[in-house]
Parts: sequence; structure tokens; C-alpha cells
Amino acid sequence: MRAVCWQGTNKVEVETVPDPKIINPRDAIVKITSTAICGSDLHLYNGLNPTMQKGDIIGHEFMGEVVELGRKVTNVKIGDRVVVPFTIACGSCFFCNRQLTSQCDNSNPSPWGVEQLMGYSPSGLFGYSHLTGGYAGGQAEYARVPFADVGLFKIPDGLTDEQVIFLTDIFPTGYMAAENCNIQPGDTVAIWGCGPVGQFAIRSALMLGAERVIAIDRVPERLQMAKLSGAEVLNYEEIEVGDALKEMTGGRGPDAVMDAVGMEAHGMGLEGFYDKAMQAVKLETDRPNVLRQAIVACRKGGTVSVPGVYTGLVDKIPMGAFMNKGLTMKTGQTNVHKYLPKLLDRIQNGDIDPSFVITHTMPLEQAPHGYEIFKHKKDSCIKIVLKPGLLDSPLTTLEPFPTSL
Amino acid sequence: MEIKSTSSNKSPENVGDTERWGSLITGGALVLTGLSQRSLRGALMAIAGGTLAYHGAAGQKSLADTVTEAAGLDKPIRVEKTVTIQNKSPEELYTFWHDFGNLPTFMKHLKSVTVISETRSHWIANAPLGASVEWDAEIITDRPNQLITWASVEGADVSNSGFVRFQSAPPGRGTEVKVVMEYSPPGGGLTAAIAKVFGENPEQQIGEDLRRFKMLMEAGEFATIEGQSSGRRS
Repeated sequence: MRAVCWQGTNKVEVETVPDPKIINPRDAIVKITSTAICGSDLHLYNGLNPTMQKGDIIGHEFMGEVVELGRKVTNVKIGDRVVVPFTIACGSCFFCNRQLTSQCDNSNPSPWGVEQLMGYSPSGLFGYSHLTGGYAGGQAEYARVPFADVGLFKIPDGLTDEQVIFLTDIFPTGYMAAENCNIQPGDTVAIWGCGPVGQFAIRSALMLGAERVIAIDRVPERLQMAKLSGAEVLNYEEIEVGDALKEMTGGRGPDAVMDAVGMEAHGMGLEGFYDKAMQAVKLETDRPNVLRQAIVACRKGGTVSVPGVYTGLVDKIPMGAFMNKGLTMKTGQTNVHKYLPKLLDRIQNGDIDPSFVITHTMPLEQAPHGYEIFKHKKDSCIKIVLKPGLLDSPLTTLEPFPTSL
Repeated sequence: MEIKSTSSNKSPENVGDTERWGSLITGGALVLTGLSQRSLRGALMAIAGGTLAYHGAAGQKSLADTVTEAAGLDKPIRVEKTVTIQNKSPEELYTFWHDFGNLPTFMKHLKSVTVISETRSHWIANAPLGASVEWDAEIITDRPNQLITWASVEGADVSNSGFVRFQSAPPGRGTEVKVVMEYSPPGGGLTAAIAKVFGENPEQQIGEDLRRFKMLMEAGEFATIEGQSSGRRS
């Protein structure tokens, strides 16, 4: 089959690799119809994860058709159309029993390394380095899905791939991040990062009853999309965000703040230079500019929600502000299995059509080009869906997103 | 039948250690850290109530033993690992474990365990290049649904002893399974012999075996990526 393989920093290639096969009784093989590039894939692309190995098949947002089943998978059938959570969960451990499926005890086959770093290992993830199990990912024609009896969700007829594919990650991720904001009536939520997760977080916060959402980014088309989602927007290159948030919230500050950026935040000025230097000499693995700003901007007694991905160490977190203001922080990889059914209902009810976030659809073969324009935010790129079924036809782009505010 | 201890347990502080070991083995909250380096086998014997012959007074050490000890070659390798297994009772876990023929299913280095009698079994472990190491083990204490302690008998390629304990966690929190094992030196060749069986890091190996036990009991299979596709260029 053809698959997107990581071959080094800034280097992914579409290669011919062996077809996946059933290894365990609870496995299934899915023939992929749609697969997306996630913002967190860019952390791998940018070479920030030292446990990537050349040849690893990447990608963790994928869906398709069941073509083969292990003997213990009886709740889905060959031919079923399914979406696949990016977190791999056994369904029967202490954490799965509590719906904390991103913390599954049994799905990381090599947890020894991550335990040295984090004390305990979170769940295995598709296509996301050997820290999280080294599972082959879903930017491919086929994928092997372990624990398929709990890791495949059947899609009802009448919904397009584009409407449901983001149930694999970014819609539940944005939703869980909004839920983690502990939204009360009248609340204002400030969200840093208007990438795909930020976009779903904006809409989810409003669905969960937030009075106002203030979204922060610098890329015009992303701010424009945030505005269409119902947020007020701030461009951090044009305005001092902390002061603006204080003014916009009557001097009290946002009730909840969200870091939907994570470890590769683009810092400004001296602080940004400091973090890039620290990261370059490996004294810091992650650049926490947004997290710092969010903690300081949050109102007293408020909540800090962190869906943005961090993997290692950060430097100079304003712990004094965090402690003295009595803040609460909630974070984690997404417990996709928990949220997926109710978000599927939301889509069926017409509460949301997740396809709004797609700016580009292209053949799987053009994945290297996709990574390039996504990384550099070229061509107004916000979200790319790859189609293994499309032959290497000319690039198809949806109508360009309006860039003026 | 005789199980030989390598430790010297007659001094007062070692008697104290034996009591602490007893507390650990039978379910006290102690962890291994801080216990003396040379008393597991003796403690296992003491718990068993002295039904087995037990040698090991300091005066019985041979010159070779004394030299080995002075050179630091006799440091036993001791590993303690605990996992909590959800939705399985101590009874279920004990029963599976006590059928020793099941152990190679999740203990990667074991080739086979053959039960010879109610208390004795023969163990064969894989070593590199098709070689293997073998020993007979004797159950010292067997408390159904709670505790199995064992020690290898004389003539073992690698002298070893240990226990596995099954204990209910608070309601709804599963069953805790604790394994403590010790590899005692027959002589200076220990390090090489252990390395053959457990590789560079016995603690990691045994930890992974215990984790595989947990995977098997909870998920019914072992998570793996062996045999999956990749674009690796060999």
C-alpha cells in the first residue's frame, strides 16, 4: 500500500510499504477513505520528538471501511463505515472504566521510556512516535486498529466523510478543552490559537453556554474563521493581549483561558528569543509563551485549560500567579471514546457541521506538499484532508477563505 | 530435599529484618527499599515455619564464598514490582498464576515450566544462541488466593527465590499483585548467568513480564507493534 512515512525533520514521503495485517485477536484492518493532517503532526514534522524513527507511518485522524477483523471483534462487520479515535484504549482497565481512555494502562506496548519521563505512561496513539507506542498511523491506504472492538465507531448513513472525520481527534479535543473550562452562565473564555482545535474549542465553548469567546491568533484567515464561529478576535501582533483582555472583560479578566497552541508557540520579542534559544540547546523542549500569557491573563479563581500538546520540559512558568490567584488547570490528551458518541449526535442533530474547518482536500500522494503549506500557513491553509482514493490528480482547493476581517 | 540459604540471619539486626520481611510478604504496607540486602530467602523460610532445612550461618561460609563476597560479586539482584489489575479477584489471578505452565505465556524469557510434584517444578529459561538455563524450584509457602513463595533447590544454574502476593485493593480498585524476586550468587559467574536470562536490566524485564500479565488479564492480549507495516529501509 501507499503510506506517508516520516523520514526526518521536514521530510515526509509517500512510499510503498507492506499492507498491514491482523496481529492480535482484537485487531481490525480499515481501508482508509479520508485522513487528515493534524497540527500536532507538525511537531513530528518539525523534528521535535526524539523518539520518531525513520520510516514510521504517521497520521492519527482517519476513517474508512472495515475490510478485515480479528476473531474477537464481533461488534462490527466487514464493510462497516467507521471512524477511529486517535487514542488507543483497551476498554477494560481502571482508566478505561472511568472513560479516561487517553490514559489506558494497556495500549502502549513499550511504556518503559515514557515512564522515565512522566512517571506513568498514557495510552498508545496512532502514528505519534515511539513514546506513545510506535503504532503505524493512518495517513495510508490501510491501517491496523488494535482493540478494534472498542476503537471503531460506526457511522450512520447520510453523513459525509468530511462531516465525521474530525470525530477522530480535533472536534472531541476542542470539546473536551471547552468542557475543561468549567463554563458557567455569563462566562467569558479566552482561547489562544485559532488552528483547527481552537476553532472547535470556540464552537464548543459557545455550545456549552459561554457568554463570550475571545480568540487570539495572528493569521488573518484563522481569525476570520474564528469570527465566523462566533468569537471576538484579537491579533497578538497588533495589540497587547493581556491589556486588551482586561479591558474587554470589565477589568476582571476572562473566567477561563485556553492554550490551544502548545509547545511550539511563536513568542514575541525577547521572550520568544529566549525560548527558541533554550529549545535549540535542549535546556527546554517546549516553548510555553502562550501558557505563561494565559496564566497571567486569567481572572482570579479561574480555570486554565490546556489542549495544546507539550511533551517535555518548560521553563519559567509563572507559578506565583497561578498559585496566588487560586487557578485550576485541566489538560490531557483527549478521551475520544468518551466524547465521540455524543458529538456524533450533535452532528446528526445539525448543531454543528465540522467540515467548516477544511480548506484543502488533496490526494494522499500530495501529502508532502500538504505538510509544507500547512506548516507555513501558505495558501490560507487551515485544515487538509487527504484522500487515498484520489489518484494523483491536480490539487483541489475549496473556494479560498476570505482573508479580510 | 534441602534448600540452601546463602544468607547469614543469626545476628539481632537480621532477625529484625526477617520480621520486616515477614510483614512485606504477608501483606504489610512496607516496600522493599531499606530492607537488608541478604535476607529474602531466610525470611521466606522463617515464614514457612522452618519446615525446610535451612543452612546459612556465617561460620559455614567457604573461603571461595568469602572472597566472592569481599570482591562484591555476591550482591544479590533483587527486584520488586507491583501492578494493580482491574476487575479480577485475587482468586482468579492466583489460580491462573499457580498453574505454572501458564507463566511462559507472559514471562518472555521463560521457555517452559513443568510441574513435577505438588511443591516442585522444573524451570527452563531461554538464553542467547539457543542455549538455556534450568533449575528446580520448590514451593515454600502456598496460601490459596494470597501468596506463593518459592526458592530454587541446589544445583540450579541460577539460584533464585521470591514470592508473589495477591491482595484486594479497596472496593472497585482491583487486585494488587506484588512480585519480589532475588537472584543469589552461587559464585562469581552470577552476573553473566543473570545477563543471559534477563538481559542488561532485570528490573525492566520483570516489570515488563508483570505488565504483560496485567495486559493478558485485563485486555485479553498483549499490545504490540511487532509485525506492523513501516517504511523502514533496511
